[in-house]
Amino acid sequence: MGPRRDQDFFWEGIDRGELLAQQCDGCGTLRHPPAPRCAACGSDEWHAQPLSGEGTLLAFIESNHPTRRDDEPRCVCLVDLPEGLRMVSSLLDPENAEDGATVRFEIAEYDGQMLPLVRTTGGSQ
Amino acid sequence: MSARAGQTAITGIGQTAYTKDSGRTVMSQCVEASAKAIADAGLERGDIDGLVSFTMDTNSDHDLQTALALPMVRWTAKAPFGGEGAYATFQLAAAAIESGQANNVLIFRAFNERSESRFGQPTYNAGSMRDFHKSLGLVTPGQVYAMWHKPFLDARGMTSEDLGELVVQMRAWAATNPDAWFYGRPITLEDHQRSRWIVKPVLRLYDFCQETDGGVAFVVSRLDTARASGRPVVRVLGVQQAWPLGESMMYNYYKKNLVFPEDTVHVANALWEQTGLSPAEIDVSTIYDNFSPSIPISYEGYGLCKPGEVRDAIRAGELGPGGSTPVNTNGGLIGEAYLHGLNNATECVRQMRGTSPNQIEGAKVALCAGRQCGMVLVRE
Repeated sequence: MGPRRDQDFFWEGIDRGELLAQQCDGCGTLRHPPAPRCAACGSDEWHAQPLSGEGTLLAFIESNHPTRRDDEPRCVCLVDLPEGLRMVSSLLDPENAEDGATVRFEIAEYDGQMLPLVRTTGGSQ
Repeated sequence: MSARAGQTAITGIGQTAYTKDSGRTVMSQCVEASAKAIADAGLERGDIDGLVSFTMDTNSDHDLQTALALPMVRWTAKAPFGGEGAYATFQLAAAAIESGQANNVLIFRAFNERSESRFGQPTYNAGSMRDFHKSLGLVTPGQVYAMWHKPFLDARGMTSEDLGELVVQMRAWAATNPDAWFYGRPITLEDHQRSRWIVKPVLRLYDFCQETDGGVAFVVSRLDTARASGRPVVRVLGVQQAWPLGESMMYNYYKKNLVFPEDTVHVANALWEQTGLSPAEIDVSTIYDNFSPSIPISYEGYGLCKPGEVRDAIRAGELGPGGSTPVNTNGGLIGEAYLHGLNNATECVRQMRGTSPNQIEGAKVALCAGRQCGMVLVRE
């Protein structure tokens, strides 16, 4: 078994059905993507904090796989979380893609892997 | 901290043919370009005592030294990553020369980027370990960049048609550059808009740079050596890098304001401070254009127009032939070749020597611009 990676907790959470982020034990700052040290206070101590699973769509693009031409295109997006983080995700209902739309994370399978995907819950505010 | 104006000059440039299938090893192209640069500088192999490239370059310093029979190398350094750090190589060369640790530094970059190791091909497949980008569908560089280009383009009200207007200008330059892949092949806006979507709604086929096999090299020398040579002096008046916390070369999604190119603005301000020049004094520029949206982002970042006015500049044709701010007169990475950005630096040198195929009359100051590094050259 290799070294434990900073991001392993995130995928273990996904496999349990939880959306998590690192939260610093020193100052409470949340961070994503994962990193070994808090950039705000320098603490190496942290715990995995469950997130609300809510978000707002900041931008989206259509992603076609470059060599698997028959694959359905994916709608890759940037999602702003109310906790102040930003995540890259992909939309389960691309027909509703609209900048500013509210979304909710759904842990769903793509290509045999469980991933944090999003579905819209409402139009732009 | 302010740096004094540079005490080095680019004395030699060399390049191989730019092809799609070289049929040769990468090292053989590296050697050819390097030997041409040394000869172009009027130097002998014994004069070269420094070697600089990128961390992404695969040519070993030792193999290159052996092939060129350089008797003694006293300085080696690698700029971070690849293209976005391309012009940082000149800062590393200057650091060695200005501190007396080398006299003539060879900068090199060669690859079979089209026929062997294409960046545009995915390195990710269904069996790969999950991550925060590739797993979610950002598999190729075009997708990775387009994801953060989009908020900038939206903020500027720019559409694919505006990028098309820009690419038409880049291809017009390439059409009259015999070294360019698209030599003799200008396009119209209609051609651009008919080219297929690769990353909808940002990048069409013609918004991409040209994956290329080839090599390019430079010799950077002491300014007094260059002045004594009797050849045109192309002085590196300023060269800077900036990597502000929060910016990321590829996955640039996590900074608060996705529209403001903080890294580029830092590079630009440091260059103006170092050189005592201002954007208005730039006669000709090259801008690192792996994808067409990189041009408007950097054009604004370097102050070649006011923030928010780049769309108007593009629409007015200001970047193309006859424009007031000529950009990528070689055709750039989109029109000439993708030598990881360094072929845009050779064009700046040619402009300062007066030998560009698209020479800007009387040009004496050139800006060689990248996102996280940039360089100002002057013809003495």
